[in-house]
Amino acid sequence: MGALAANARVVWALGRRSIRQTFRRPQLMAPIIIFPSLLLAVQTGGAGRAVDLPAFPEVNGFLDFMLAGAMIQSCLLAGNSGGIALAVDIEMGFTDRLLAAPISRFAIVLGRLAGTAALGAFSAVYYIVIGLVFGAQIEEGVLGVALMIVFVTLSAVAFGGVGAAIALRTGSASVVQGLFPLVFVILFLSSAFFPSELMLEPAGTIAEYNPISFIVEGVRDPIVSTLTGEDALKAFASIVGIGALSLGASALALRHRLRTGS
Amino acid sequence: MAAAIATGWPTVSALVRRSANELIRVPGAAIPGVLAPTIFFLGLTSVFGNLTELRGFESDSYQSFVIPVSLLQGAGFTGAATGVNLARDIEQGWFDRLLASPAPRPAILAGLVFSASIRALVPATILLIVAIAIGAEWPGLVGLGLAVFAVMATGTVAALYGCSLALRFRTQAAAPLMQAGMFILVLMTTSYAPLELLQGWLHTVAEINPVTQVLELARQGFVPGDVTWGDTWPGLLALAGLVVFMGFFALRGMRRMSD
Repeated sequence: MGALAANARVVWALGRRSIRQTFRRPQLMAPIIIFPSLLLAVQTGGAGRAVDLPAFPEVNGFLDFMLAGAMIQSCLLAGNSGGIALAVDIEMGFTDRLLAAPISRFAIVLGRLAGTAALGAFSAVYYIVIGLVFGAQIEEGVLGVALMIVFVTLSAVAFGGVGAAIALRTGSASVVQGLFPLVFVILFLSSAFFPSELMLEPAGTIAEYNPISFIVEGVRDPIVSTLTGEDALKAFASIVGIGALSLGASALALRHRLRTGS
Repeated sequence: MAAAIATGWPTVSALVRRSANELIRVPGAAIPGVLAPTIFFLGLTSVFGNLTELRGFESDSYQSFVIPVSLLQGAGFTGAATGVNLARDIEQGWFDRLLASPAPRPAILAGLVFSASIRALVPATILLIVAIAIGAEWPGLVGLGLAVFAVMATGTVAALYGCSLALRFRTQAAAPLMQAGMFILVLMTTSYAPLELLQGWLHTVAEINPVTQVLELARQGFVPGDVTWGDTWPGLLALAGLVVFMGFFALRGMRRMSD
């Protein structure tokens, strides 16, 4: 019990550090808030008439449809930013000092992920507020809002694990930063910005099977309709799947770093 | 300024050669400027390709409609890279040595900017090949010439903007500001759909954004209809205005750097 409490304190302290770091460095914060907000605004104004297309699902407005995509984009970028910050810690020797301390090694990674989770929750609330201010309607009400925040927060942890695994394996901030364009490839090949059945091939087919699409649709479902268990389950399963893989990869990368020192 | 450039031509030429050498010796440096607009081009066409089914959409091919946007984005990123490189040169003290030389200040600026306008052709060429390979229409020689001109001029504007920020902040930390500037300006135009299909604030912003005219100038050859002077001169005027506007701030930055 005492060890658990000690680890919780480490996770708490490192999580707080991670959040402060993000808010103090505009280059880490900008991708999470500014970039998705800008794309949300431009795509809503630029492609908003898409709701007139015959096969477009019934929604109150294009903004309602786009909100979930912006939240997941923000989470993916938060995961990438968290990975960059962890890689910078490794480059600067801060992680080595933590590894030498009498604390659980995985608590160091969990601390970083706790910070990413908090940023995910922040981004969910931010986009919900932005959406409501600009006229979006959340069909499922308060319960829907709560579910969206939970899904987005858990997604941030799962995506943060990917960034952490790559940072731990490479120890290079520029390598993690180089994955930034990949985030957009993943998003463009999902239903984050458009219904998959209306996308051109082969992107449409890829989007149908892309787990990011399941997560986006799980977050979108409470906004555009009353909650359906199937979408929520698919989203949850995708988050758990990505999270298990990414955290497993982080654990392996950490073990490799401890064994080889690089 | 023209007289200064004429007397400072050796400086301009040397800076252009330096930029070309960098491109040849460190080709990896050009990858981000090519990769980002290519990903956006392929992504936007895959995702929003069916927007052409909307009534009022002026083209049957979304690839043809969007490729000019990506060409301008590529030019914008190239111009921003010139600003980032200048900030690096300032940080490392190389630019101080250049300022200590008898080279005219406007010639130094012209060399940096001229390099950017030529380098903007690298992403443009790759983007055009990708676009035509996946179904964009051949714009014709006149249309292609206008698109190339718009790319080079946009590269010039972006480089002037990037240089003015580099001279103001004197640090590479200003890079996101340099990259975001032209990216935002290009997006807030008729980038996703024709003006009459844009909604809300974007319709208003696109109407007054001078880059909309530049985009329409570059787009003429790619969308149905002839290339006309009526669709060309607003773009030329917008480019001239942007060059003068950004050039003023960049030159002022050069003067302040010398003080």
